[in-house]
Amino acid sequence: MLIIDNLHAEIDGKTILNGLSLTVGAGEVHAIMGPNGAGKSTLSYVLAGRAGYEVTGGSVTFLGQDLLAMAPHERAAAGVFLGLQYPVEIPGVSNLMFLRTALNAQRTQRGEAEASGAEFMKLARAAAEDLGLPFDMLKRSVNQGFSGGEKKRNEMVQMAVLQPKLAVLDETDSGLDIDALRVVSEGINRMRSPDRATLLITHYQRLLDYVVPDHVHVLVGGRIVRSGGADLAQILERDGYVSIAA
Amino acid sequence: MTALPTRRDEAWRYADLAAAARAWPVTPEAITVAAGTEQTLMLADDAAPGSAGIRQIAVTLEAGARFACYVIAGRGAYGRFALDVTLHAGAHFELGGVLVAGGEQVLEIVTTVTHAGPGATSRQTIRCVAGGTATATYLGKVAVTRDGQQTDAAQSFKALLLDRGATANAKPELEIFADDVKCAHGATVGELDRTALFYLESRGLPPAAARALLTRAFLSDALASIADDSAREAAEARLEALL
Ligand SMILES: Nc1ncnc2c1ncn2[C@@H]1O[C@H](COP(=O)(O)OP(=O)(O)O)[C@@H](O)[C@H]1O
Ligand SMILES: [Mg+2]
Repeated sequence: MLIIDNLHAEIDGKTILNGLSLTVGAGEVHAIMGPNGAGKSTLSYVLAGRAGYEVTGGSVTFLGQDLLAMAPHERAAAGVFLGLQYPVEIPGVSNLMFLRTALNAQRTQRGEAEASGAEFMKLARAAAEDLGLPFDMLKRSVNQGFSGGEKKRNEMVQMAVLQPKLAVLDETDSGLDIDALRVVSEGINRMRSPDRATLLITHYQRLLDYVVPDHVHVLVGGRIVRSGGADLAQILERDGYVSIAA
Repeated sequence: MTALPTRRDEAWRYADLAAAARAWPVTPEAITVAAGTEQTLMLADDAAPGSAGIRQIAVTLEAGARFACYVIAGRGAYGRFALDVTLHAGAHFELGGVLVAGGEQVLEIVTTVTHAGPGATSRQTIRCVAGGTATATYLGKVAVTRDGQQTDAAQSFKALLLDRGATANAKPELEIFADDVKCAHGATVGELDRTALFYLESRGLPPAAARALLTRAFLSDALASIADDSAREAAEARLEALL
């Protein structure tokens, strides 16, 4: 589904990703762990196509297409979803308006019929309920006045409505208390299916107790330095990144 | 109002004087809002695109009266909305102004709000977007007379500039002769939030749609005080048509 090959990327002329390679198959959940500043968020932004993150080498193929040649909205329509580490506040745009516009923009790009008002509301209500976010909060401006945990739940509501093929979740677990962590994990697990994949970026092991990954990778200094099964997360928790990177 | 204004006239320093000449002479209008009553005025530059239009309106609010005025402008080559508002005891004046200026358009809102009695309040919210080499201007003077104790006056101006050649001017001015007053004003000129644009695009909105959504949200701040839902929706539809 996703093939990242020898990816190099820089910000302001500073190399951040330095030869990163990773292959994610359909139906798989991969966890990417690494210390602060390793380049985890940079990887997620490069996959989503954020301006300012310049790819200087390597390739990314998503469902057979050159992902790096696509604009951010085209990547979204193709099925890439980025759950942001720090979700953005947008005053004056309601969550419902934002989400409905996004869903229909994706459907239009894919040549599908737009969702009717009723169909959309049904999807949004179900997602909010599943994620434990009061539906009335979706009537407020995007993420405005939301707590850290509510913002993360809201990202998962968006994911549930948009039904991406590849979810890249950047520290979706940070800032969550244990109940929220459980609810959000269930949301991620519900999305697991043979034709979807998830890239879970985290630097704590605790999320992986709830969403058990098929593969765990350690990202240090802009490249994958070690890969393994779910047990690698436990080793990391015990020994830290330093011993792994050495 | 007979002689044509000149550039030396402070209230006309950003105006398109050649276009103003086409709209000359201006017929002043006057409105009195009777004590304890309420009135709303919607203003738009409805004339054909490329036209020049000047409205010059004097408004007197008697004690306890409320007057709300909303300006939604974006069609005329030159559009000027000048309001001279006098507030008596306990009156309230609400102004929401939306200026959408592109190409070589020059759009301006010019207000003088005089708090002539005690306990009057005024709130002016102006939101502009300017592209091309357009100019959007807000000149807002708040005057508080000796009798204007407990005045509460607020002015908020925010502009988005879409192109390098576009200009936004804001000049709030205070002239205060009472001592117990609250006058707040703020002015900012900026661009669309890049992080918000990326967020919208990453969810599937094409860049133009993302920009339009953020611009509309920014401008509709000025219409948020329209209490009646259907009136507000109608105003927002007008705004949308200008984008
Ligand atoms: N906008 C930026 N400008 C310059 N350097 C940046 C920017 N964003 C991130 N970096 C740098 O890139 C490196 C990787 O950051 P990031 O991808 O956020 O790491 P992680 O998510 O793994 O903590 C860090 O050294 C960080 O300081
Ligand atoms: Mg990060």
